[in-house]
Amino acid sequence: MKTRKLEQKDFLWIGLVCVLAALPLVPGLIGNSFRAHVLILVLLYASMAQSWNIVSGYAGQVSFGHSVFFGIGAYGAGMAVVTYGLTPWPGFLAGAVLAAIVSVLISYPCFKLKGHYFAIATFAIVEIFNRLFMVWDWVGGALGLDYPILPDGWKNFVWSETKVGFFYGALALFVLIFGIVRWIETHRLGYYLRAVREGQETAESLGVNSSAVKISAMAFSAFLAALCGGFFVQYNYRVDPPMVMSLDMSMKFVLITILGGVGNFWGPLLGAAILIPLQEYSRAYLTVLGSGVDLVIFGIIIMLMMIKQPKGIMGILQDLGLGARETKREGEAD
Amino acid sequence: MSTFVQVMLDGLLAGMLYALVAAGLSLIWGVMDVINFAHGEFLMVAMYLSYWLGFLAHVDPIVSWVASGAFVFILGALTYRFIVSRCIGKAAMAPLLATFGLSMFLKNFCLNRFSPNFRILQTTVLEGKKIILGDIVIGLPQLVTGLFSLAILFALYFLMKKTRLGWAIQATAMDREAAELMGINTDRIYLLVFGLGGACVGIAGGLLTSYLAVHPEVGALFGLIAFLIVAMGGFGSIPGALAAAILIGLVEALAGFYIAPVFKYVAVFAMYLAVIMIRPKGLFGW
Repeated sequence: MKTRKLEQKDFLWIGLVCVLAALPLVPGLIGNSFRAHVLILVLLYASMAQSWNIVSGYAGQVSFGHSVFFGIGAYGAGMAVVTYGLTPWPGFLAGAVLAAIVSVLISYPCFKLKGHYFAIATFAIVEIFNRLFMVWDWVGGALGLDYPILPDGWKNFVWSETKVGFFYGALALFVLIFGIVRWIETHRLGYYLRAVREGQETAESLGVNSSAVKISAMAFSAFLAALCGGFFVQYNYRVDPPMVMSLDMSMKFVLITILGGVGNFWGPLLGAAILIPLQEYSRAYLTVLGSGVDLVIFGIIIMLMMIKQPKGIMGILQDLGLGARETKREGEAD
Repeated sequence: MSTFVQVMLDGLLAGMLYALVAAGLSLIWGVMDVINFAHGEFLMVAMYLSYWLGFLAHVDPIVSWVASGAFVFILGALTYRFIVSRCIGKAAMAPLLATFGLSMFLKNFCLNRFSPNFRILQTTVLEGKKIILGDIVIGLPQLVTGLFSLAILFALYFLMKKTRLGWAIQATAMDREAAELMGINTDRIYLLVFGLGGACVGIAGGLLTSYLAVHPEVGALFGLIAFLIVAMGGFGSIPGALAAAILIGLVEALAGFYIAPVFKYVAVFAMYLAVIMIRPKGLFGW
């Protein structure tokens, strides 16, 4: 593998990871607090959104089916722990591999469909999986799987005393997924993906095997989404079909990325860093106004964002003149 | 044998209602190439309106569908004016996501205001009445709703094929710029199409209240089924929507009865995927 000169973007995010890794050292910031919960969710959702970004942002195939892969990952870990009494680690791996296989089987026929037809086919797949898992006793059916009480630590990947362990777990996931996407972005596959997004016929005429490129992007994406699902089930100590395999969960992948900036390395992190605290704090503090207020606000933000700047927060930053150099360099790279 | 006929009839009646729900979506999709993600929530809003009219003012759904239709017509027109017209043409997915935001807003607003409880109208004119032919029982609310949906669908088809407005809508769907050069105010056509699409689903929702309980999540499944019908029937085609809707209604009823009730939607979605793999632009698409 050819070594690559580190760019400004790399330093920026290596610095960010160092700052995040040092956060638990600040007393009272992390621990068993609500702040820690929000930070963990930001890292988790940023990672989920980034995994979606591979196939839908860089390769331009807007999938509404990622909750299926997320759910398979969640059930992988959940069944390893609950059904077979193992540690979750083999479950993480099995779930991720299975999700990648399922994604290839699903996307091979679906990539023939264009635009809205592809989107609607992915909705249908989510509904099929949701309903099958609801009645499938082997995976716990509609009741789902509830975790037993296990000793804390990395072996079982559960921590009940303090959230620091989950924080480092989420950070590891974040570094892994953002690292992989950064690697893809600067290597051949990333250029192929963007070429296919910008013009499939043109890319094919230059010798890019567009369906192989799209399917490998989908497999990568599903594998990583499933790892996020595994983390999610460990963090919640339980899993049932509506929690993980639903259109609402699929839309989280889509909305966070789009609100942050689709097809952009920083977009998923920006989207998660703004939306997740907003959602969690409004859920915590606006309950006096009754249930659903957080999602009412969420809905309004989405509408306003799509009306004002469909490119998301990255688009707003670019309008303000920040990150202008970024776009220029990407333009050159393309 | 009579059970089979009974199941087929139930499926047929459900399919007619689905057709009216889907026709509104199909019209919007066909003319503007926009997926209105809030379509199912429009149905829910219509049902709530019809429910409250029945509950507070004792207006029967058999009459109040006019109000539901008119209300959702206005809701659709406002959606176009303030949301869709502002994000159309900016990014491919912007209108879809903006209307998804609207659907989240409407769903959770109703959840907040009206609680997640299921509400059903107790004393309607048609309630509990049925036609019995030998072994076959047809509920009058379902029959009236199905036939009424069909009638509205025919009226819509007539509007599209035989009136100047319908021709203008078709012209706009074919080529917006050329239609504008011919003196058609396409922005107003889009507004009307969104309103008409809303009115269809509004009428369907108003009629549904006579036998279905309303709750904030009621629209989600109808919206999804409408997407499938439109994609399967070919966008913008009203006969296509009717055929696909009846097919889906029949598959739902047959799978629900002969396999298991939990599998009826699995069968519907699986059939959709099978059809779309063979004909990627739908049964009647081009």
